[in-house]
Amino acid sequence: MIRIEDLALSIFGTPILRDVDLTVAAGQVFGLVGESGSGKSMTALALMGLLPRGMTTSGQIWLDDTDLTKLDEDAMCAIRGRRVSMIFQEPMTALNPVKTIGDQVAETLLIHGRASRNDARRIAAEKLTRVGLPQDRFPLDRYPHELSGGQRQRVCIAMAIALHPNLLIADEPTTALDVTTQAQILDLLKELVAEDGMGLLLITHDLAVVAGMADHVAVMRKGEIVEQAETETLFRNMSHPYTRQLLDASGHVPDGQAIPQDTPLLEVRSAVRDYPLPRTHLFGPTPQFRAVDEVSFTLNKGESLGLVGESGCGKSTLSRAILGLEPLQSGEILLNGTPIAPDMPHARRAGLQVVFQDPYGSFNPRWTVERLVAEPFHLLGSRPLDWRDRVRDALAEVGLDPDAMTRYPHEFSGGQRQRIAIARALILRPELIILDEAVSALDVSIRADILDLLAELQSRHGMGYLFISHDLGVVRSITDRVLVMKAGKIVEDGATEAVFAAPQHTYTQTLINAAPVIPPAWKEA
Amino acid sequence: MLRYVLTRALSLGLSLVVASLVIFAMIEVIPGDPASFMLGLNAQPEAVAALRDDLGLNGSLVTRYLDWVGGLMTGDFGISYTYRVPVAELVLERLQVSLPLALYALGLSTLIAIPVGMFAAARQGRTSDYAIMGATQLGIAIPNFWFAMLLVMLFAVQLRWFSAGGFPGWDEGFWLAMKALTLPAVALALPQASILARVMRSSLLDVLHQDYMRTARAKGLSIAQATRHHALRNALIPVLTIIGLQFSFLLAGAIIIENVFFLPGLGRLIFQAITQRDLVVVESVVMLLVFAVILVTFLIDVAYAVVDPRLRRRR
Repeated sequence: MIRIEDLALSIFGTPILRDVDLTVAAGQVFGLVGESGSGKSMTALALMGLLPRGMTTSGQIWLDDTDLTKLDEDAMCAIRGRRVSMIFQEPMTALNPVKTIGDQVAETLLIHGRASRNDARRIAAEKLTRVGLPQDRFPLDRYPHELSGGQRQRVCIAMAIALHPNLLIADEPTTALDVTTQAQILDLLKELVAEDGMGLLLITHDLAVVAGMADHVAVMRKGEIVEQAETETLFRNMSHPYTRQLLDASGHVPDGQAIPQDTPLLEVRSAVRDYPLPRTHLFGPTPQFRAVDEVSFTLNKGESLGLVGESGCGKSTLSRAILGLEPLQSGEILLNGTPIAPDMPHARRAGLQVVFQDPYGSFNPRWTVERLVAEPFHLLGSRPLDWRDRVRDALAEVGLDPDAMTRYPHEFSGGQRQRIAIARALILRPELIILDEAVSALDVSIRADILDLLAELQSRHGMGYLFISHDLGVVRSITDRVLVMKAGKIVEDGATEAVFAAPQHTYTQTLINAAPVIPPAWKEA
Repeated sequence: MLRYVLTRALSLGLSLVVASLVIFAMIEVIPGDPASFMLGLNAQPEAVAALRDDLGLNGSLVTRYLDWVGGLMTGDFGISYTYRVPVAELVLERLQVSLPLALYALGLSTLIAIPVGMFAAARQGRTSDYAIMGATQLGIAIPNFWFAMLLVMLFAVQLRWFSAGGFPGWDEGFWLAMKALTLPAVALALPQASILARVMRSSLLDVLHQDYMRTARAKGLSIAQATRHHALRNALIPVLTIIGLQFSFLLAGAIIIENVFFLPGLGRLIFQAITQRDLVVVESVVMLLVFAVILVTFLIDVAYAVVDPRLRRRR
């Protein structure tokens, strides 16, 4: 059992954590919820003794009768991985690419001197089997790049539980995973806690995940725990306004949506997109991978259409084809009746803009905001004389001050950058905006604001949205109609509410069932 | 793995064919007749005709190319016009100096650079890191012939530990020959080690910030253990590339140092051949150097696959 008492952290005088108290009992799942920057990951790193250099700590961290804050680095090395383990958010990069998974799991045992080399490999095989990677399909000599994200997270879990730790810290363990994979990983963690009797500190931004997992929940904001209680009690009472605010934001439905017209804006007809795979024979034919397979749909003017599916289902490939960035192998895409293709005239692209997921990576960091927002003007041949005024108007529409124009992207927060991206998409008054996971990287409260903004812009200008996301909740709250995509095909298509209320295709049912939900009874006051 | 090596080997073969065609064509497009070019402006027509015969310039392009390539493959590189000896003999003699010198310098540079780069990375942002970075900056900036002369002044003139130049040959004993190559190797290694140490440092720093290093620390590895078990192999991948480039450079690019130390190496041979318009030697030595570069690239490619499993595709 682990107990944190009055933990405070600061870096060069700036406080990061204040008065953090929490206790994770053996066999218990403790949910730590908060938005980015709330200090939840710092709490975990403090537990591990892996804080960045320059941090000053006060308070105690008790592991049974030992105060971890008093231990030196050597003693902490003996604790890490043996008594307190941790798994992280990004399974794709959490494993060493040049070592086999067997070696990496066995290393936990070897480094703590708990097994001979042969025993360590045998135990590693057992642990991998235990986390759902049986030896016949995932032998020890596999390398990380041969596994999917969910499988890699299982390897990380095997590494973390190899020595039966007292506490496992899971920092956003499923945030980077698909909804069905997330459900499997969460089930696995729950099972391990029940069987091994270890404590689990589950760190997440997602209230629904803790609702289904945790025995006890603490809500963090700005380095402080604002509220903590037994899970059901916390959800039923919501005694702190911030908890209520988080919950409302996560299920936020923007109001005042535009009414779509009956005229088609975007028509996709039997679109096929093939990718060449590496050749198996030097002179043999190049095998093809069909990423988009005979997809057809129509998006009407002023309509919000959702496109959901798990990673690798072809939704991003489809969006690149719709943007006219990649050619189709057969079929056609029409915008207002004119075909979209990579060689279309620049001016035609003006009717079609996009907002991507990553508000950090989608801007040239050395350009000012006014230059970034004005960039689509080159599609028209030259910038209009009043381009500065138009940039100012576009920024005003997304709620940014005109003084943002001369600043650089790094001076803005994630949510503000996404507003800049929307302003850039908006400046040519396109008829269609593709929102490719546009709110997936944002915290729930910021996400709610952006969804409101999108709804407001749509009711003002009547453009169509193609809303691509893996997040069913967001799609449900903002779209009129939804397409469900699996392995390159559209498997279900219908009015959003109807699809969510009564999914017809088994895959849609799987997706909806896998999504974690807060029990409706808990939300009734 | 085998498949990967075979594809790389195939590309090695193709590169060689292309390179030989390019070199052959370059010699062909030199304006005028190679024989009269080699003999200079005042040559007798009879001498030119004799040389044309000697060089086999009277056949068709295709037969001449095939003859040349066939000769290269059987070790017959033709006869040097100025030295009047087989080019193969000349090259072999020079390689006995250039190849050990290149390997010696490369070995020194790697042995110095990798630990220094690691040390600097481990002490990132501290005084010792700045000191090392400053020293390597200087190592790159100092012209190596000047550094070579300083070495001669100190170790040959003052301390008399080494001779100031010349090469006794391998017949005089291995250690004596190595001793003669030591100062040149050090002079060559300095800038290479400086570059390599900087590459090693930045590559290791990149790796140290990777997520899997955090995972390793969470498993209970100390910083030193995590670096040894997880960071090094990943950090070596870019370092290998630079080592490959440096070897190719050292093999033929040591000409200035060869001159400073009066070493009969390949660089001097090709330089003299060019000034004496000995096209037979130029053509063959250039081809040989191209072969060395392509071979090293191939070996580096194989080394990549050994280090990085993502390149060995599972069948």
